[in-house]
Amino acid sequence: MLDKKQELAESIQDGSTKDGCDKLDVKSIVKKAKELNDFGHLLEHVPYAKFIGMAVERFGDELVFKLPAKEDNIGNPILPALHGGVIAGFMEMSAIVQLMVFMQATKVPKVVDFSIDYLRAGYHKDSFAECKITRQGRRVANVSINCWQTNRKHLIATARAHFLID
Amino acid sequence: MSASSEHYSLTAMASRFVDQLTQCRKLKLKVLEASGKQVLIELPYDEQLVGYPDTGVIHGGVITTLMDTASGCAVVCSIFDKFRLLEISPTLDLRVDYMKPAEPHKPVYGFAECYKLSSSVAFTRAIAYQDSIDDPIAHAVGSFMRISPEMVGDEFRQALMGGGDEYA
Repeated sequence: MLDKKQELAESIQDGSTKDGCDKLDVKSIVKKAKELNDFGHLLEHVPYAKFIGMAVERFGDELVFKLPAKEDNIGNPILPALHGGVIAGFMEMSAIVQLMVFMQATKVPKVVDFSIDYLRAGYHKDSFAECKITRQGRRVANVSINCWQTNRKHLIATARAHFLID
Repeated sequence: MSASSEHYSLTAMASRFVDQLTQCRKLKLKVLEASGKQVLIELPYDEQLVGYPDTGVIHGGVITTLMDTASGCAVVCSIFDKFRLLEISPTLDLRVDYMKPAEPHKPVYGFAECYKLSSSVAFTRAIAYQDSIDDPIAHAVGSFMRISPEMVGDEFRQALMGGGDEYA
């Protein structure tokens, strides 16, 4: 009984509720990530980021996102190649984190539109992404995202997206 | 919604196509209906797919994967319906507009059609919805590159045809 109470108290403290829905305090999560210099911390709160297995690393002022090779992310089994939707999801999530880190967000930015061009097949190996916030207005932000595998100059996909921020 | 008599039902073949894609098995995508014109795919709700933890709304990337799969599947069906050939077309580009968040704990349906098939490119549009197709969650347009049927391996071809002669 006591254990259960304690468990509940802990879950309230770290913001999770019984049905698994976190009350997300984006500001303090970003702050903590900056203090620890561990931006993977941001991804731990998002189940989909874990589902595809993505990670992030900071190099000075830059964030580089990584999607390690993972069997479950394969679409075309002939090549084999990553599912285009997974590449898009990875790039979209990268843009969301980029926005959260660089614009003092209080909420998770909401995607309005996402447009992706596939330039090469994404093979069954590690993929990387970097984002550029092209324009950040008061209510909407425009982000462009590039994704590559072995060589940054040989992009496998490029995308741009709009997000609602507030 | 039922396939018109002009079009063979390709539901079985489309199901086998989607089942071949590892990520789609992980997402438990299910083809409800497919013909030479249209494809309808169901995406069940799963907490692993949440992108907005404070609301339980699934990630936009999952919707994009559903749209890409449904559109690609519509292209495969359209080519098969027209030429009785199996071609796997990679996505050239895809644009998704998100109208509203998907309601948690409910499946999302992806409805796609290949509205133009040219000699080298296939053009698609798709809608994601929950209760009604007139109240969409997202809308997508895409284009797919056509590649030679020889690029499809024998193993994959057999997996799609299911060994039967239903489309012979």
